Amino acid sequence: MPSRRNIVSFVLRYAVYAAMGVTALSLIGILGYILIHGILAFKPSLILGEYSSSNPAIGFSVFTTCVMIVLTLLIAAPLSIFCAVYLTEYAKRKNKIVTWIRLATETLAGIPSIVFGLFGAIFFGTVMRLGYSIMTGCLTVAIMLLPVIIRQTEEAIKSVPDMFREGSYGLGASKLRTVFRIVLPSAMPGILSAVILSMGRIIGETAALIFTLGTVAKFPTSLLDSSRSLAVHMYISTRDGGAAGREVAFFTGAVLIAVILLMNIGASYLGGKVGKDFEN
Amino acid sequence: MKIKVEEMNLYYDTFQALINVNLDVSENEITAFIGPSGCGKSTLLKSLNRMNDLVESCRITGKILFDGEDIYGKKMNVNVLRKRMGMVFQKPNPFPMSVYDNIAYGPRTHGIKKKRDLDQIVEESLKNAAIWEELKDRLKKSALAISGGQQQRLCIARALAVKPEVILLDEPTSALDPISTTKIEDLLVELKDKYTIVIVTHNMGQAARISDKTAFFLHGEIVEFGKTIELFSRPKDKKTEDYITGRFG
Repeated sequence: MPSRRNIVSFVLRYAVYAAMGVTALSLIGILGYILIHGILAFKPSLILGEYSSSNPAIGFSVFTTCVMIVLTLLIAAPLSIFCAVYLTEYAKRKNKIVTWIRLATETLAGIPSIVFGLFGAIFFGTVMRLGYSIMTGCLTVAIMLLPVIIRQTEEAIKSVPDMFREGSYGLGASKLRTVFRIVLPSAMPGILSAVILSMGRIIGETAALIFTLGTVAKFPTSLLDSSRSLAVHMYISTRDGGAAGREVAFFTGAVLIAVILLMNIGASYLGGKVGKDFEN
Repeated sequence: MKIKVEEMNLYYDTFQALINVNLDVSENEITAFIGPSGCGKSTLLKSLNRMNDLVESCRITGKILFDGEDIYGKKMNVNVLRKRMGMVFQKPNPFPMSVYDNIAYGPRTHGIKKKRDLDQIVEESLKNAAIWEELKDRLKKSALAISGGQQQRLCIARALAVKPEVILLDEPTSALDPISTTKIEDLLVELKDKYTIVIVTHNMGQAARISDKTAFFLHGEIVEFGKTIELFSRPKDKKTEDYITGRFG
């Protein structure tokens, strides 16, 4: 006769297995479903051809998405990393500005992206006259990313032991040199993972981009052109394209997954390299 | 006198950590600060190269003269001061980079860029810190991969690399095993020919073995300061005697 204790541990053990199984199955299920449908919908003309209603090619969208990732990060990453450096290394502890910046970033982090989209459309699009364009989209998403990167960079910087800073100051190094040669390199793995996560957010963003990047389905020729990122393209295809559109959406989804996968591999390779360079 | 502390008081907010301290540090000697935890000995050491500037609530009155110059005076450049007074900390704190880059960090900070010059400084500093033989084949290896005792001597070498006049050591052997401790003590005795050394230590045996002069601190005050031999054999103050004979602390 099994004791009570044995029954509890039996149940718990299988609950753990079951949770793992359900999670793994649903993840693999979703990935497999999208990939299979995407591959079935594949035709070479879908990537290489010109977009038209009979051949909804997505080559332009892959290009637009890549441009958006690079440009958005170029705007958001330096701004938020420097801001985090100010907050952690330069600001005095009881500084009022810091309290306000913290409150603002924490609030911004919780706001739905469509609100950012509206703001971006009005401020960058109308007031600054950038219209529906890649630039408007990038600026809007960059603002969304600020709180995310700032907060994670702050955490990474705070986790650098004080004894490294003391060692550097003790040798007569200035604050600037200590921050850029000792603190930031030590915090680099954490900062990189923040940047990688935010790449995912750029790729996945839809609501804010419909209002700012717009939905024009063609190769952009300048940063002031409107275009579609992959996620926006998926949304429009599903909404307007009927059954054929859904197929295109699945194909787009498969491409999106491939892009994210490639980017994660690239980033972790880069991250490993940066960390290693600093240690050896 | 290399360093002269005159009527110095130090406060953290409202707490007074050092009370009316007067002290002379002579050139090419080892001066030891002893006393129980929280007596102010590390605080005074960190005031000498102004590491206390990093503590926001810290306030200082009185004077500290370094070669006759007031280190808290307007003309003093803190970075130059810290270059002239090297510091070694309680816990070995090599940077997470190679042995070579650790030593070269200081000289690079002060504008030495040529590889040939840096190579020479690295070798010289490691030799002066008596660790060249152990590390010469591992210059490109991470400094975090060597033993704690080696790391501490690497930190001494790193301090020597900027050609300081004074070396300040804050309980440099308290995290090390006895063999590493002996090596560092021998090294300090060798180094005093070229440098002025101030060492904070918890270990009275260490003060007695290596220092020329000793200051005994209690509750933020210097109770007694004098030649080490005299302080340990014929302490003038009852409190010093109680401390060095192990009656408290």
